[in-house]
Amino acid sequence: MAAKKLNLKDKYKLLTRDLDWEFSYEDRKKAFPYEDFEGIKINDWSKWEDPFRLTMDAYWKYQAEKEKKLYAIFDASSQHNGHLNVSDPRYINAIKLFLTGISPLEYQAYQGFAHVGRQFGGVGARVACQMQSIDELRHVQTQVHAMSQYNKYFDGFHDWTHMHDRVWYLSVPKSFFDDARTSGPFEFLVAISFSFEYVLTNLVFVPFMSGAAHNGDMATVTFGFSAQSDEARHMTLGLEVIKFLLEQDEGNVAIVQKWIDKWFWRGCRLLSIVGMMMDYMLPNKVMSWKEAWEVYFEEAGGALFKDLARYGIRMPQYADIVEKEKEHVSHQAWWTFYTYGHAAGFHTWIPTDAELDWLSEKYPDTFDKYYRPRWELAKKLESEGKRIYNNALPQLCNTCQIPMLFTEMSEPGQIAYRVSEYKGDKYHFCSDGCQHIFEEEPEKYVQSWLPAHQIYMGNCGGPDVPDILRDYYHFNLGADNLDMKGSPDEQRWNEWKKQG
Amino acid sequence: MPVRAITPDYTGEIKDKLENFHGNQLVFAGWDGHLMFPAPFAWPLPPAMPFVALRDQVMAGSFGIHPEWAEINWDRAQWLLDGQPFVPDLQKGLAEQGIGHKSLLRLQTPELKGFMGAGV
Repeated sequence: MAAKKLNLKDKYKLLTRDLDWEFSYEDRKKAFPYEDFEGIKINDWSKWEDPFRLTMDAYWKYQAEKEKKLYAIFDASSQHNGHLNVSDPRYINAIKLFLTGISPLEYQAYQGFAHVGRQFGGVGARVACQMQSIDELRHVQTQVHAMSQYNKYFDGFHDWTHMHDRVWYLSVPKSFFDDARTSGPFEFLVAISFSFEYVLTNLVFVPFMSGAAHNGDMATVTFGFSAQSDEARHMTLGLEVIKFLLEQDEGNVAIVQKWIDKWFWRGCRLLSIVGMMMDYMLPNKVMSWKEAWEVYFEEAGGALFKDLARYGIRMPQYADIVEKEKEHVSHQAWWTFYTYGHAAGFHTWIPTDAELDWLSEKYPDTFDKYYRPRWELAKKLESEGKRIYNNALPQLCNTCQIPMLFTEMSEPGQIAYRVSEYKGDKYHFCSDGCQHIFEEEPEKYVQSWLPAHQIYMGNCGGPDVPDILRDYYHFNLGADNLDMKGSPDEQRWNEWKKQG
Repeated sequence: MPVRAITPDYTGEIKDKLENFHGNQLVFAGWDGHLMFPAPFAWPLPPAMPFVALRDQVMAGSFGIHPEWAEINWDRAQWLLDGQPFVPDLQKGLAEQGIGHKSLLRLQTPELKGFMGAGV
């Protein structure tokens, strides 16, 4: 007699929940050693609602179909010289930053979810994390393939994994994820699945992918759409995690709130780079960073936190500061990269007059007052042959590792300085948010690998900055770095366009 | 609790301790109201370096590209050391006058308003 075909529900049960087993002769606690130390209490893992409802066989089938289409588009783009269709060669620099700064985080997410996908005592949570882990591994691969076409034609794409581990500004995204992955498994999920994926990821993907579309980058757009259906599942996991933790035990609420506060702040600091990409690096603009923040956080996030109020969860701490900072951070970040353009693995530039006017229009309360004068000075010095390149390394925040470029929101022309003493040493911070994170766990953050300090300790080769950039970072000096104006990227582009 | 760790009594290695800088100490300095410089600078300096060398060589070497640097009237310039008003002794060494490892100096020149008077 032929075996009966399983119905979907039974198959799902067998391939997920039935993967659990009873511990008859081993100590269950020893099998899941990471489950207790964070103070989170889980009373009944069976209450976990599976957010994905996917079995492995269905997953492979579905993803294989999607990727077939994705790679067909990559091929077509490559065969039809898709790189010539981008709006302006300056755009490519946003992609360089994406590849070196953001794609490696997909890999870190893969590693993080693979780890916690082993460590939870509940099988539903384990399966969900393992599924997401595989998604993240696919994302890093498809992103690399989407962008590899540009590596044939533009500088700065050649050694992105190496750069991610070493370059000063890439320590910002790297340390963000290192922090999450060295936390316990519950904090990791609140950090990445909820605070980042659920609350903030739309600010990376939606405006940035529309940015790619507006700037003729079909490979990145296609990748973005392909990833979107996965992101929807990841967001569902993020919300399930929060609701599950809050419903399991009242004692979890205060712990979860603390993590939301921390990771919202860390996420906002990380997104300064995305804000800068949107306002300065996309030649054809989509919306300003401020507008994106209003749509994707203030409206969507505001509604979310209203929903969570019934569990005793409030808006993240310092959300009021971030609301003011949306007027400033993209300008402060791009100015920093511009004035350190010799030490960046991509090109920087002064915005065109039309772009400066766009910024004035989008930021009527701040741009002309605080930021346009900087560009006027940059133009003046450039015209005198004295393009600004700072020759000393910047002071860094000990938590977010960003140069101390943020200002007081009560006095936006004044750099914000915070300092704490711990075991006889001073630690400097860019904000109350970053100082607070340090003070909660100083033994973690005394270990920050701050690139400027590492250079001064002699751990990055040298002694001179060009030696470090060339030998330790693997920059091709004179090609990857410096101003867009006069770069080999620009010269090649002009040649291609001349040939029609 | 100084850290949430699975290991009892976990302590971290202090990465930026003074001993790691081969005889130097880290000094940070910013110039208030001059945001042509997006952030304060950091340097590794000998603790015995006279203040005048910090001001006229190290700081001038980095802040000197600003058109207003040459206009500073040093008799009227004010300093904050680690948040407190500070009157430097030009000839004394850094450590001798309390500028320690990871100290922050802020230079204030209120009569210089920055490029276009905009604090740049």
